[in-house]
Amino acid sequence: MISRREFMQAVTAASVIYGGDAAWTQLAAQQKMSQSDLLSFKPYGNVTIAHLTDIHAQIKPIWFREPSINLGVGEAEGKPPHVTGEDFLKLYDLKAGSPEAYALSSEAFVALANQYGRMGGIDRIATVLKHIRSERPGNTLFLDGGDTWHGSYTALQTKGADMVEVMNLLKPDAMTGHWEFTLGAARVKELADALPFPFLGANIFDNEWEEPAFEPFKMFERGGVQIAVIGQAFPYTPIANPRWMIPNWSFGIREDEIKKQVKIVREAGAQLVILLSHNGFDVDRKMARQVEGIDVILSGHTHDALPKPLKVGKTLIVATGSNGKFISRLDLDVRNGAVQGYSYRLIPIFSDVIEADAEMAATVDKVRAPYEKELARVVGRTDSLLYRRGNFNGTIDDLICQALIEERDAEISLSPGFRWGPSLLPGQEITVEDMHNVCAMTYPAVYRNKMTGKFLKEILEDVADNLFNPDPYYQQGGDMVRVGGMGYTIDHKKPIGQRISNMTYLKDGTPIDPAREYVVAGWASINEATEGPAIWDVIEAHLKQNSPVRVSPNDAVKVI
Amino acid sequence: MKSLNRREALVFSAVTGGLLLMTPTGAFANAGDAMKTMEEFTGGKPVGDSKLIALEMPEIAENGNTVPLAISVESPMTPDSYVKRVIIISEGNPRPEVATFNFSPLSGVAEASTRMRLAKTQNVIAIAELSDGSLHMAKRQVKVTIGGCGG
Repeated sequence: MISRREFMQAVTAASVIYGGDAAWTQLAAQQKMSQSDLLSFKPYGNVTIAHLTDIHAQIKPIWFREPSINLGVGEAEGKPPHVTGEDFLKLYDLKAGSPEAYALSSEAFVALANQYGRMGGIDRIATVLKHIRSERPGNTLFLDGGDTWHGSYTALQTKGADMVEVMNLLKPDAMTGHWEFTLGAARVKELADALPFPFLGANIFDNEWEEPAFEPFKMFERGGVQIAVIGQAFPYTPIANPRWMIPNWSFGIREDEIKKQVKIVREAGAQLVILLSHNGFDVDRKMARQVEGIDVILSGHTHDALPKPLKVGKTLIVATGSNGKFISRLDLDVRNGAVQGYSYRLIPIFSDVIEADAEMAATVDKVRAPYEKELARVVGRTDSLLYRRGNFNGTIDDLICQALIEERDAEISLSPGFRWGPSLLPGQEITVEDMHNVCAMTYPAVYRNKMTGKFLKEILEDVADNLFNPDPYYQQGGDMVRVGGMGYTIDHKKPIGQRISNMTYLKDGTPIDPAREYVVAGWASINEATEGPAIWDVIEAHLKQNSPVRVSPNDAVKVI
Repeated sequence: MKSLNRREALVFSAVTGGLLLMTPTGAFANAGDAMKTMEEFTGGKPVGDSKLIALEMPEIAENGNTVPLAISVESPMTPDSYVKRVIIISEGNPRPEVATFNFSPLSGVAEASTRMRLAKTQNVIAIAELSDGSLHMAKRQVKVTIGGCGG
């Protein structure tokens, strides 16, 4: 949702730095950056941690617009990662129009995307990792924070096998998970048991006997330092995602369990304790304060990309972003059982600048080959920027909500506030791959049902509390549920039951009537045996009638 | 991956059920009923939060129909000093008294675990009465949510 004003600013800013001509500026941008610049890092200390998280099966380079709205509540209010746009640039002293501004913020996204190109690509990530390992042989630990086996057409078709194959080539030392579990318990076990590295989850228990269902931690020795990596899977997987797919596993934050594991690994001689976390940033910030003895939290789930680690007490929290846009390198000096100092870089994966690793590129081609024709099939075109990430409706969700209303003959539509899903630029063709990047999942059925106005209010209040509860341990979901056909006003600082007001039926501008029943269409229901067509079929049918699409910014959701 | 193609309306019962649970009616207990149960247990004596008693419950229930609950009270559990009983009180269920665990020095430790049903988001309270007559309380808020929308 780039405003004209923003666009003009971007053009102005860009022309100051790179001159006016578009083709020329692109060249200049690429010349300005080089692979060696992006990888340059003065080795420090005796341990190097490389962190990748929330790649959501994006193994090819993508566009991904960071949020322009990401409200923090309680102690997180106004603090990273709840700082966006110009404020973010100011906070981290980044120049508008710079490569960093493009990678890390939503400012002038379209203009800068055209200049700096797509980001990510697992073959580029392979190049970076090989470089780090060659510079730090014997010192490097590479950890995957999860949300790895989900989010693309091929990951869905292969039930995660494509991701396992490419990730194994990167040789992670451990991983944890969240969306992995939407493959179902049997498939997760099958894949996890075959990994040449552990799938960690200190907070996953058999719910009948309360026995650990996964290994809680793994000890490593790097650079002469005993390192413990404790895994923390997404605590609310059985609530935010279908519990019926993993009926025998219980998750939860389980702060006491993490305290216990820290004690165990310290007693076993760990000099460096790392929490490989899929908690989400605000939960990690609280956990860092509550649990003593964690040196580093590698934070995942909320997709935040921060140029510097955040320090809470003695704990460093690293946030590596999502979709393969970044990889974190953290060099640590660990002596006398404590971290003496660190050096950090959030390495942006500019796909036009970092060379692809040949072996990985060939593997990517191989896993995609059976699906290449379908992946490339064009289903429509967009004339405006399509994106999802942000607290409230993104343009791609508005498109999905419109498709739900029109294709399912509904009055109101609901679409989940997922944080995954890359962006599409104005003028871009929409392929089957692009479409699946924003909706591929194992529970895609589109339901159609009647709900009263009162019920709709309760849903909005419930979801809002899962996002804006001032205690992060009580935050459960993704961003706010997206709505079509209905507007509302939200005061996110109010308690549950009082946040949502002014609910309006957009078709005729009348207030939502608590007693009236509305026909509602939605997808990704966590209930077993939900029936209806798959969401991608609904979107495709809509695009067939309405391409090219032009989605104007949503002004029906108002934030106080 | 099998996609469902039946174009008819789905049954939304599970979510509806969840919400009905969240919407208390006159039949549900309120904080006043819970207070009455508490007073019956304490005999009206004041009781405060205590580090001696731990009440372990999830912050958010995975399944409101069966929420795990564990209590433990620090005590030497000797004839001179032991935990007599622990009550679990719900502020939002139809009946405030969930369970009472009785202990004796022969129990060895004052620990118990069970599962309870939660009608809606509410506080769960555990109060221990020790052999010296002292009272110790722990409280946890447990949220019951529709879920979904998972990140």
